[in-house]
Amino acid sequence: MNPITWAISPWGRTVPIHIAWYLIWVMVIAGLLFMIVHALYVGIFAAPKKFAKNDSPAVLAAVPERVPRHSLVARAFHWVMAISMFALLFTAFLPKVGVKFDWVTYHWIAGLVLTASILFHVVHSSFFLDFWSIWPDRIDLRDAKRRLLRSMGKEAPPPDRFAKYPLENKFYHAVILLAGLAVICTGVFMMKRVNTFGILTRNPYIFGDMTWGMMYVLHGLAGVGLIALIMVHVYFGVRPEKLPITKSMIFGWMSRDFYLEEHDPQRWAAEKSSPPQKGYAPSDAD
Amino acid sequence: MAVIRDVMPAFDLLQPSSAADAQKLLQQHGEEAWAMAGGLDSFDWLKDRIKKPKVLVDLSGIDELKGIRSTSDGVEIGAMTTLTEIANHPVIKSQYSVLAQAVELVASPQIRNQGTLGGNVSQDARCWYYRGGWPCYRAGGNICYADTPVGRNREHAIFGANRCVAVHPSDSAPALIALDAKFVIQTPKGERTVDAEDYFLGPEIDITHLNILQPGDLLTAIRIPATWSGAKFYFEKVRDRNVWDFPLMNVASATVLSGGNIDRIRIAVSAVAPKPMRLKAVEDAVRGKPADANTGEMAGKLAIQGAVPLQFNAYKIPLMRNLVKRAIVGDQAVAAGPQEAS
Repeated sequence: MNPITWAISPWGRTVPIHIAWYLIWVMVIAGLLFMIVHALYVGIFAAPKKFAKNDSPAVLAAVPERVPRHSLVARAFHWVMAISMFALLFTAFLPKVGVKFDWVTYHWIAGLVLTASILFHVVHSSFFLDFWSIWPDRIDLRDAKRRLLRSMGKEAPPPDRFAKYPLENKFYHAVILLAGLAVICTGVFMMKRVNTFGILTRNPYIFGDMTWGMMYVLHGLAGVGLIALIMVHVYFGVRPEKLPITKSMIFGWMSRDFYLEEHDPQRWAAEKSSPPQKGYAPSDAD
Repeated sequence: MAVIRDVMPAFDLLQPSSAADAQKLLQQHGEEAWAMAGGLDSFDWLKDRIKKPKVLVDLSGIDELKGIRSTSDGVEIGAMTTLTEIANHPVIKSQYSVLAQAVELVASPQIRNQGTLGGNVSQDARCWYYRGGWPCYRAGGNICYADTPVGRNREHAIFGANRCVAVHPSDSAPALIALDAKFVIQTPKGERTVDAEDYFLGPEIDITHLNILQPGDLLTAIRIPATWSGAKFYFEKVRDRNVWDFPLMNVASATVLSGGNIDRIRIAVSAVAPKPMRLKAVEDAVRGKPADANTGEMAGKLAIQGAVPLQFNAYKIPLMRNLVKRAIVGDQAVAAGPQEAS
């Protein structure tokens, strides 16, 4: 049950060559278990959400019926990335579980699309959106502690509503960022070992066998990790209480009621005309 | 640590006496089982201790897999029929001579006496990096040692390379494709029959296997339809020495002429790609044209379109062009040179 497959190189060294493919099923099972446990917890044990609210009439009056959340550009990026991610997962792992097809070319092309979309996202989010809105802040951590205490039946003040993104969303983004960077960085080098029709010149000698092996292992570990991550992402995307967020990724806006229920106008200003401030995320339409 | 040679790893030797039993044993032991026909490929792997199956299913005692039988639509050759028997069989020699020629050029007389048709089409790649036990793509690793700036790849592929550049080494395969043969496979789900060209797999589909056999599958027979019986055949094998050698390239064709023009044709080459290649575009291009040097010239040029040579095998491109030309027109016409169109 070694999670890494090893081989003897021509020079007699024991080198890793890739992950053991049973990890695919480990991650599928892990993803399914998470869904089942979460669904049971939310359905049976979890108490209804309760937030601290203190919206002034002026703030309430400024919130439109449709609160812009994701611009067309941001939505296009998300769905391009989603399509390329699914293409990458299917082309990577279906052949490993017995569905045979010519996958390599489709895989690296999907990888290039993902890489391009991520590069675009880095520039877009850094210079045209509020870069810090996706990273946990002090209030997130304070409220996470409050929510945890309250979920255990202990005394704690009600947490504030979320900023543009809930803390779980921010953690998920950080984890998928790490996994994404790992597959992209290793994948770009791995393109040096396949026929890319002239985009890169094949040269398997740029690294030694051990370095290449570690690269394949890292690519594989991040890849199987993405199986569970994407399963969980899709699961939350279709959960009833999260559907307004999913719809906002399609249509670009969320309803005023949902916004006021879940999001704090002081932390995420909905007004289209409000100037962006550090730590406060205006909607992407701004 | 030195590799122990000529001492095979321990395995359970199973010797079924019927095809049904053999298939059940292969199914029962799945990926741990190794099906052995004549043993000429198998013993290389086993004695080099590169393949270490837990169970070896020896097919040599299954009489129903041996022999050549005439059917209502051609002939059926048992997968365990030896190459010598096929080369000497009167029906094969008279009606399907391309196959007799092909198997007669396999290796050496001793090997043909022991080697079987099923084994010849199901043998593994002969790339020496792979056979040497190096962890290449075909061995489940992450590199092709032959396709590197300094890799030794004189015998390797000019078509269909997809990470692995090893070629299919069979001599009988192109002849069977030219004859439109059908491969009969016993699977856990029952009997399956596939066209000859569909029996072989390229690395783009499955980089660790050269054919479609799955664990539990058993190739039992090869059926040759009467469609091409008595056609004009051509087979040529080019190799470094005239005996006991794998092909640098081979070509097989079956042609039916009508008034000097090509009415029907099937043509295939091997040792140019990871699987034997049927040249469908060539077949379509020459159909209806005279079987002369001009057509052969055109066919040769068409055949090599898309070829991508490696560092040391560019010679295969003119070789393939000439072999295809000869397969269309025959030796004499080529020797006379191309005719100017009038």
